[in-house]
Amino acid sequence: MNPKIKTNLELPTIDSSQISLLERLSNAVSVSGDEREVRQIVIDSVKPYSDDITVDAMGNVLVTCKSKSDHPIRVMLDAHMDEVGFMIVEDEGDGIYSFEMLGGVDQRQLPGKAVLVGKDHLAGIIGAKPIHLADTDELHAAIPQKSLRVDLGPGNAGKVNPGDMGTFATRFVQAGPSLMGKALDDRLGVATLIELIKRHPNQIELLASFSVQEELGLRGAKIAAVALHPDLAIAIDSTPAIDLPRPDQKENSVYNCKLDEGPAIYVADAGTISDPRLIRFLAQTAEKYAIPFQYRQPGGGGTNAGVIHKVLGGIPVVSVSIPGRYAHTPVLLARLADWENTLKLIYAALNDLTPAILAPDRN
Amino acid sequence: MIDLSTFLKEMISLPGLSGYESPVREPIARTWQPLVDELSVSKLGSLHGLRRANVKGDHHSVLIATHMDAIGLMVAGLDDGLLRVMSIGGLDLRILVGQMVTVHGKRELPGILQMIPDRLQDKSKAGSPPGITDLFIDTGLPINEVSDLVKLGDLVSFATPPQEMSGGALAGHSLDNRASVAALTLCLEEIRKFNLAWDVWAVATTQEEETLVGARTSAYEIKPDIAVVVDVTFAKGPGVTDYHTFAAGKGPTIGVGSNMHPALGKYFKTLADEMDLPYAMEYMPKSSGTDAMAIQVSEEGIPCAVLGIPLRYMHTPLEMVVLKDIQRTGRLLARFITQLETDTMEKIFGERKA
Repeated sequence: MNPKIKTNLELPTIDSSQISLLERLSNAVSVSGDEREVRQIVIDSVKPYSDDITVDAMGNVLVTCKSKSDHPIRVMLDAHMDEVGFMIVEDEGDGIYSFEMLGGVDQRQLPGKAVLVGKDHLAGIIGAKPIHLADTDELHAAIPQKSLRVDLGPGNAGKVNPGDMGTFATRFVQAGPSLMGKALDDRLGVATLIELIKRHPNQIELLASFSVQEELGLRGAKIAAVALHPDLAIAIDSTPAIDLPRPDQKENSVYNCKLDEGPAIYVADAGTISDPRLIRFLAQTAEKYAIPFQYRQPGGGGTNAGVIHKVLGGIPVVSVSIPGRYAHTPVLLARLADWENTLKLIYAALNDLTPAILAPDRN
Repeated sequence: MIDLSTFLKEMISLPGLSGYESPVREPIARTWQPLVDELSVSKLGSLHGLRRANVKGDHHSVLIATHMDAIGLMVAGLDDGLLRVMSIGGLDLRILVGQMVTVHGKRELPGILQMIPDRLQDKSKAGSPPGITDLFIDTGLPINEVSDLVKLGDLVSFATPPQEMSGGALAGHSLDNRASVAALTLCLEEIRKFNLAWDVWAVATTQEEETLVGARTSAYEIKPDIAVVVDVTFAKGPGVTDYHTFAAGKGPTIGVGSNMHPALGKYFKTLADEMDLPYAMEYMPKSSGTDAMAIQVSEEGIPCAVLGIPLRYMHTPLEMVVLKDIQRTGRLLARFITQLETDTMEKIFGERKA
């Protein structure tokens, strides 16, 4: 069966309006468990383009864009709204608070960082002890997260309460071909999904989930998939580009994926064996439209696909990620071109997608 | 009227790393211009502001030293489009990971300071803090553009923007020692309306974080009778509460120890008591870690006092100071200067010194 080839399909590009949306998304504070800020931006952005918007019991935003065909294929696209951060757990007085991390952040990334705390974005500091007062053996060990505190300034006692959340205060910047900001994992995915909703192709039923609590164990996407009941799903996320020189000068063969090589298609990770039909389809689509892409090195890590494929009677899944350096740190770095090519690939794929994709046997 | 917060925010938005202080010296000079009678720059870049005594004939002189240089990094290598670094001043490498920096190449470039991920490291290093060779800066630019814009020796400063905190505090990089420069500036403004019996040399010194060479050479050139060094000291904070530390917001410290002349310390204590100004005595038996170490042994020896402004998280990209402590330090300095009389040397040090 021949898919209907749209030879003159115009592929979307990223312009300044999408970049400024990404900037707002990157600067917004939405730590796992309190995704209000990004949720509001999402709802405001997709409202004019959606047939139905629901906020579910956990705070996922579920968006439906109906098809004009009869019996269209139901395609779920997922991007997570949450980011790594922390929760304030104790007020120690004099503006000093202890905190616990939410999501996997290497404790070596924490000392000496500006943070924003609570819904009023109060300015805080994760301070570090002066080097002058540190013992020599202390300097040879990482500063334990347990010893660190958030400091809001000596006059601030009581303005923040245990239970309030916070994250890094990094402001988004563009640097040549690159984008630098916090939470690009997965605000790049969120921005991509918003764009796809705006341009949703008519022959499919687009079911978007902007999910919560991915960083705490893929919690939101699990219930989103049940509610949306799709025929197949694509998780749009950010995956680490560890394409850096090795200190031992040997060839780096564990780079995961590389910047500048386009969207990273997942074959297998710690939680999911991607559906081979979907992998093939994405690769063929990329070749057809001359969109650069790469296969993410099979290995550890995972995306919301890990929970989506296991619900209901099973859902064929694949993940497509935008490569990014320095995930789960105060500043991530991604390339505008990789983002644009990810948008193009998924857009082209959605346009070419028909129920026939699932007709052959999975293998 | 100088607005302290505005002035200090400008001061901590500028580089001016040790040995390369002109980016910060120029705005200090502009601010000091109307407050002093003469301005000059030493051979090693220190800024000298002279407020002349209003008396005729022989008179004494006092040097007030605040270093204006800042810690930071220097580009030490280019590796596959990434920049390798060395530190300028005393840096705990553990606080560098994940910082935004500004690379001062042919133009200013934003950069991310990061460390080699564990995945690419020798297994024994997993979870360890970085050594200097494990650190690099990613400018996000293609290799050819990086090698065109950046060369070895280019400076790297912290990009942390100034941040107002609760409790009248300000956070940012280089508050060590721009906070003291601000205190001295407030002092110069306050003494403007007074007639002075001594020459007052306000000096913003260079390279304190490296070799103290700015203070050493300025003291030699100026040959003051006494010197007051203003620098930051350790504020109490998480994990630092021992005798080295002082509550932020509770006034400056007056140094006691081998770098400081005991009579001068007592004199400052008396003044602070008379003014009802909150302060603490800071005991630094061996070394003050300030310009006083160099000035004390300049020429035939210069009696020094050291005032300290409590600062949290010293030598990190986010230091924090309470503005009130800067104002109090400025007032104490101004009081000290305006009560200096022709015979004050004898009063402080006794006949031997006269």
